[in-house]
Amino acid sequence: MNKKRLAAPFGLWMLLFTVIPLGMVLWFALTDDAGNFTLQNLPKIAEYSDSFWYSLYVGALSTFLCLILAYPLAFSISRRSERAQRTLVMLVMLPMWMNSLLRITALKSIISEKGFLNRLLELAGLPTQHMMGTTGAIVLGMVFDFLPFMVLPLYSVMTKIDGRVLEAAQDLGANAFQVLFRVVLPLSVPGITAGITMVFVPSVSSFVVSKLLGSAQTTTMIGEVIEFLFKGSAPPYYNVGAVLSLVLMVLMLLCMAVMSVFDKDSDEMEGMMA
Amino acid sequence: MKTLSKVYNGLIFAFLYAPIVVLIVFSFNSTSSRVKWSGFSLRWYEKLFGNAEILDCLKVTLEIALLSALIATVIGVLSALGIFAMNGKLRKAFLAVNNIPMVNPEIVTGISLMLLFVFVYRSVGLLQPGFTTLLIAHITFNIPYVILQVMPKLRQLDPRLYEAALDLGCPPTRAFCKVVLPEIVPGVLTGALMAFTMSLDDFVISYFNSGSSAQTLSVLIYNMTKKPITPEINALSTLMFGSIMVLLLVINIRQIKDMGQKANRS
Repeated sequence: MNKKRLAAPFGLWMLLFTVIPLGMVLWFALTDDAGNFTLQNLPKIAEYSDSFWYSLYVGALSTFLCLILAYPLAFSISRRSERAQRTLVMLVMLPMWMNSLLRITALKSIISEKGFLNRLLELAGLPTQHMMGTTGAIVLGMVFDFLPFMVLPLYSVMTKIDGRVLEAAQDLGANAFQVLFRVVLPLSVPGITAGITMVFVPSVSSFVVSKLLGSAQTTTMIGEVIEFLFKGSAPPYYNVGAVLSLVLMVLMLLCMAVMSVFDKDSDEMEGMMA
Repeated sequence: MKTLSKVYNGLIFAFLYAPIVVLIVFSFNSTSSRVKWSGFSLRWYEKLFGNAEILDCLKVTLEIALLSALIATVIGVLSALGIFAMNGKLRKAFLAVNNIPMVNPEIVTGISLMLLFVFVYRSVGLLQPGFTTLLIAHITFNIPYVILQVMPKLRQLDPRLYEAALDLGCPPTRAFCKVVLPEIVPGVLTGALMAFTMSLDDFVISYFNSGSSAQTLSVLIYNMTKKPITPEINALSTLMFGSIMVLLLVINIRQIKDMGQKANRS
């Protein structure tokens, strides 16, 4: 019996429903409504350059904040007993099982004009904040939604760092900052790159968060534009939508290629140390 | 330093859980307000079981999650075995294809399938958006999770055990069932469970591939967010969240007990 043949159903399935659909995107991008070949859709990319830039900005900012917030949390979890680690990791993952649309609408009611947050500020005698519909609200929503995606890869790398390595560094006279920047940070690079891609890709391409927390004053994110072209407008603009999706896909692939370069560097470093 | 990190972790968890707490608390509110508490009541839970639209979507969501997880697990396990037997370039190519749905932005996966279905519908009139298109889409993004869970288990497996079983006269199928299968079962189960929850939680891909004949809960919730959300949906999510939490707690407690027993034995 040839075992390789067991992968045949998978190969067929992926050909039909992953490879061919991507070909469809390309096909729709290079044809007009009647199905004739055209390059007329390509200049539309420039029309939406604002949306692309804004999405990259929001994505980069959200990813950066997630990294800053998740790093200390992941590290402190990784230094606990095995039993505590298990429970804390479960606590990080648990929110992901609550429908994210509902979680974001709940967040919306917390930061709204008459929401919980503003009433807390009132009680404390501080001026109330107008957050809804700003870029800040969108970034907050992204961080809220994607923080676990940053914590988990960081944690899974950090938990493998031997505590004795840190002790050795301290014994050799390194202070807390030196231990962090010269030992922990280099050893956690694979987790950082994995976390960055896991947060950056969904936040740049998200359309739900900005739709729920944004407003007419914020620039439309590229995901929202694509969603509108496919589902919101009648008749739908499949061809333009396909071009924009293609650009989005290429951008994300580029970002991942850059990340994998960093990852390779760290592999080589590990090789040198060993 | 220790207290500082405890306070910090507490703050992060408060941030992650505050909206969930709000959602759960206000599902027991006697009015439909989501900012003002007016008294405890179970009326949204009562109304939930009379809301045919929500219950319909719940049924579709569960059916899609179960079916897609089941089919994806079968295809995934078979292909993991197949890919494991490959070498060099072929193996690399299969793993690369397997990675596409994982690295592609969800919205691109969603619209690429939608365009395929649009194309097929325009040319031969089949695959109108509905249950079948949803199921195909969910199986597609679920398969990679199963494969990624099963492959490491196969790698850990000692191939000599299987060969030993064959040498001792065991027929290949039986050797597989008695030697290989028990070793990879944990990976298969985790993969199936992941596929199930991924399917349950998916919104973006379902949104582009569902029609009026079959909708999942997430799509229904999204359509609701355009108008004020009916609190029944909060009640439903509280119930679903509660059951998942209980399930996870049971698994977690069992694992901790197992760990304790192992530690005692050694």
